[in-house]
Amino acid sequence: MVLTRKKDRVDALASTSTEGMSLAASAFRRLRRSPVFLTGAVITALFVLIALFSPLLAPHDPATQIPELIKQTVRARNQFAPPQGSYLLGGDQLGRDLFSRLLVGSQQTLLVGVLATLIGLTGGLILGTLAGATAGWVDTTVMRFVDVLLSIPNLLLAVTISALFLQANQFTVIVAVAIVQIPVFARLLRGTMLAQRASDHVLAARALGVKRSGIVFRHMLPNSLGPVFVQATIVLATSIIDAAGLSFLGLGNPNDDSPEWGQMLSNAQQYITSGHADLAFWPACAIVVVALGFTLMGESARDALDPKNRR
Amino acid sequence: MSLLEVEDLTVTFAQKGERPFTAVDKVSFTVEPGQTVGLVGESGCGKSVTSLAIMGLLPKRGNRVSGSVRFAGTELLSLSDRQLRDRRGSDLAMVFQDPLTSLNPVVTIGVQVAEVLERHEGLKRKAALAKAAELLDQVGIPDPHRRVGEYPHQLSGGMRQRALIAIALACQPKLLIADEPTTALDVTIQAQILALLRQLVAGTDTALIMITHDLGVVAGLCDEVNVLYAGRVVERGERHELFAAPRHPYTNGLLASIPRLDAPRGERLHPITGSVGDNIPWSGGCAFAPRCSNEIGVCTETAPELIDTEGRLLRCHNPVALVKGEA
Amino acid sequence: MVVVLFVLSILLFAWLRSLPGGPVSALLGDRATPAARAELTRTLGLDRPVFLQYFDFLGRAVRGDFGQSTAVQPGSSAMQILVQRFPATLELSVVAIILAILFGIPLGYIAARRRGGIWDNLSIGGSLLGVAVPVFFLAFLLKYLFAVKAGILPSAGRQDAIDATRITGFFILDGILTQEWDAAWNALEHLILPAVALATIPFAVIFRITRAAVLDVQQEDFVRTAESKGLRIPIIRRRHILRNAMLPVVTTIGIQIGQLLAGAVLTERVFAYPGVGDALATAFQRKDYPLLQLLIIAAALVYVVVNLIVDLSYAYIDPRIRNR
Repeated sequence: MVLTRKKDRVDALASTSTEGMSLAASAFRRLRRSPVFLTGAVITALFVLIALFSPLLAPHDPATQIPELIKQTVRARNQFAPPQGSYLLGGDQLGRDLFSRLLVGSQQTLLVGVLATLIGLTGGLILGTLAGATAGWVDTTVMRFVDVLLSIPNLLLAVTISALFLQANQFTVIVAVAIVQIPVFARLLRGTMLAQRASDHVLAARALGVKRSGIVFRHMLPNSLGPVFVQATIVLATSIIDAAGLSFLGLGNPNDDSPEWGQMLSNAQQYITSGHADLAFWPACAIVVVALGFTLMGESARDALDPKNRR
Repeated sequence: MSLLEVEDLTVTFAQKGERPFTAVDKVSFTVEPGQTVGLVGESGCGKSVTSLAIMGLLPKRGNRVSGSVRFAGTELLSLSDRQLRDRRGSDLAMVFQDPLTSLNPVVTIGVQVAEVLERHEGLKRKAALAKAAELLDQVGIPDPHRRVGEYPHQLSGGMRQRALIAIALACQPKLLIADEPTTALDVTIQAQILALLRQLVAGTDTALIMITHDLGVVAGLCDEVNVLYAGRVVERGERHELFAAPRHPYTNGLLASIPRLDAPRGERLHPITGSVGDNIPWSGGCAFAPRCSNEIGVCTETAPELIDTEGRLLRCHNPVALVKGEA
Repeated sequence: MVVVLFVLSILLFAWLRSLPGGPVSALLGDRATPAARAELTRTLGLDRPVFLQYFDFLGRAVRGDFGQSTAVQPGSSAMQILVQRFPATLELSVVAIILAILFGIPLGYIAARRRGGIWDNLSIGGSLLGVAVPVFFLAFLLKYLFAVKAGILPSAGRQDAIDATRITGFFILDGILTQEWDAAWNALEHLILPAVALATIPFAVIFRITRAAVLDVQQEDFVRTAESKGLRIPIIRRRHILRNAMLPVVTTIGIQIGQLLAGAVLTERVFAYPGVGDALATAFQRKDYPLLQLLIIAAALVYVVVNLIVDLSYAYIDPRIRNR
């Protein structure tokens, strides 16, 4: 088959891209019917809504120590204000309204998750595209670097990075958690791009004399992004959990006026074993539910994108 | 008594939330000992499903099988899984389409042949491996004693198909089903594998069901040919007669679409237009009608029956005329 | 592999230099006298060109000299602390990964066999939950339920203060070797809760990979071939399905072992278990950088070694790689 006329050429290329579309489209169609995906999507949507409107929803100011609750708090004896009146979950260890803190905490938690994922994704996209688009020494160098980052356990790497900052704050937590995700994204993207490079439609584009940048950005990259975005959904969950781990190790944001769930959880940890698990229980529950929501969405999207699962 | 009597075999796949799909629709045929029978048709016509149903290898869930498959007088469809396992590999055996994926990549060839012998002939591992080497030799694998210890990836495609044939014939089955055994192979290897199959079943009691979309394969091998379309037999006849005078437009089309070296220069091929649809119902007329060159009014109104005329079975309202040009 | 360690050493060197206050404050802490600072600057050769400093660093690292611990156990060298604490973490990790494998693979297999059933859905839900729960919260919960409330298991440490003979540094093994059964039992009791907490994530991941791999392999053509031979079900399962499904599982186990130290930092902390993870957490909080760099290198070294073992065992079970 010889493609001589320009129209044929366009048709040949168009047909490959519609094929890509139909894969994504059919994946999406199946997702809409998947109860697992819907559960995850509903949880996520609720979480985002609560985060957006929490200042309006919260019955009290999350940073104010309420005298009424302080009176009932004797920290030395691990005694905290029980649920009462408008204080649905009682007071925390400093006599602040736990329920309001939980609601408002969703904001910072969402921020940590989204920003960490975005930074990690961007870094991963740059490194991955660099490695996947160029063979040879650039690829090798980038991948060695990635290998090294992968050889240090996730949390350890995050902790190592946060040690570079003089004073921990929300921003350092986000950066530390984000950098950990870069190698994961980079490796995933490079893998799918290499597979794309060997694929027929990239070969066809190359045979037609399409420029390298055109091949990379119009053909290889768009077709490789599916798994990366799926991974991003899952990273939303892990970065929230990792941030909680950092807080636990004392490397979280020390300022708890604008609360974050991981921080709330680690500040309350010491009371768990003395029989006051509820202070830690609620933020932990919130983390688990939200992490589960993201994971459910990501996992079912991954299944749906997997061509093996197509009938 | 025939060796295999398939009667009104029907396989329906039903998935939750989807319309049930009848892949095989009241298919009947018989196979005599030592006979070679062809099942021919395009992909999707139900020929592979037929063979899997005979072997009892259809997935356990999501399908309904009815009708009857009698093997040497025993109804296979009513056997328990256990009884069926005793038959498979010893009385009935099967060779699959893709030799690249049909062998276990992490088990040696020798063990994959030997395990059939251990299972059905009660041989111990050592004796079974020795016999396996013999079998590999019989199917034309050179240096069989070394090959016994090798893994599938160390063998070429043709060699792997030979190994699969050795596995299938290890216990001298009465019936061998070959499902497109040459499709995945190079053309030169295809001929070798066909020659091997013919040589192995010729002069023995082993009957062979040859499943293929390639009439060329059937021409050199089969005594009787069944042509399937959309889950039903549309024409059946003795090999020479069928090739000399195809009556069903589909059979005719299949023959006309084979490229021939001896055709006059400049003559065009006559492909059948369209392809087998997923869910063509026979209820509202002939399933082949939309692609048929001989279509007449009645074809889209009532489905034709399978009618026996002088030993030829035919399911068509308007068959191809008997005398056609030089035939 | 050597390359990985080499790049790591450069990164670590750069890391040490970019710590807040520079390496001197990092190594000596904030309260050091100016004299001590000047002394260290000279001994570290910080007045010399950067690349020479790097080779100094490399030379000392190769000799195992990572300096004195500044905060965790002042007076001991970093290496001493590692050697002293490593057996505890190894013991914990080995038990945890064995637990994860022992439960993950069979449960994953069963879930795949009964795909879509109650067990399948329950265990998938459980494994998702296992990944979503922060490890340290789970550890606290276990400690609260079993140690504080029910009081059936000890809540902290590696062994009660009992008179036990030390041979290998692995307390359970020591107890067995010296036939001091109560010592071995006591150490085991201390190990159970942290090991369970540490095992959750690897268990969840191994479970899911096993399930996915078995589902994949089940529909392979060669399984149909095996069925067509009339083989007995146990042989089909073991020889044809499991042996192939184990390939991705082995890789996963390797990755999980590499990540184990991260979990160990959290669980050892909660259970005051005197291992490397606990030392790491303390070292971070008290900015004990000499100890930190050694522990990070050790973690990466473990990762590299585990990867090597995984590659070798992969070659053992996958002939396609062995014969290449």
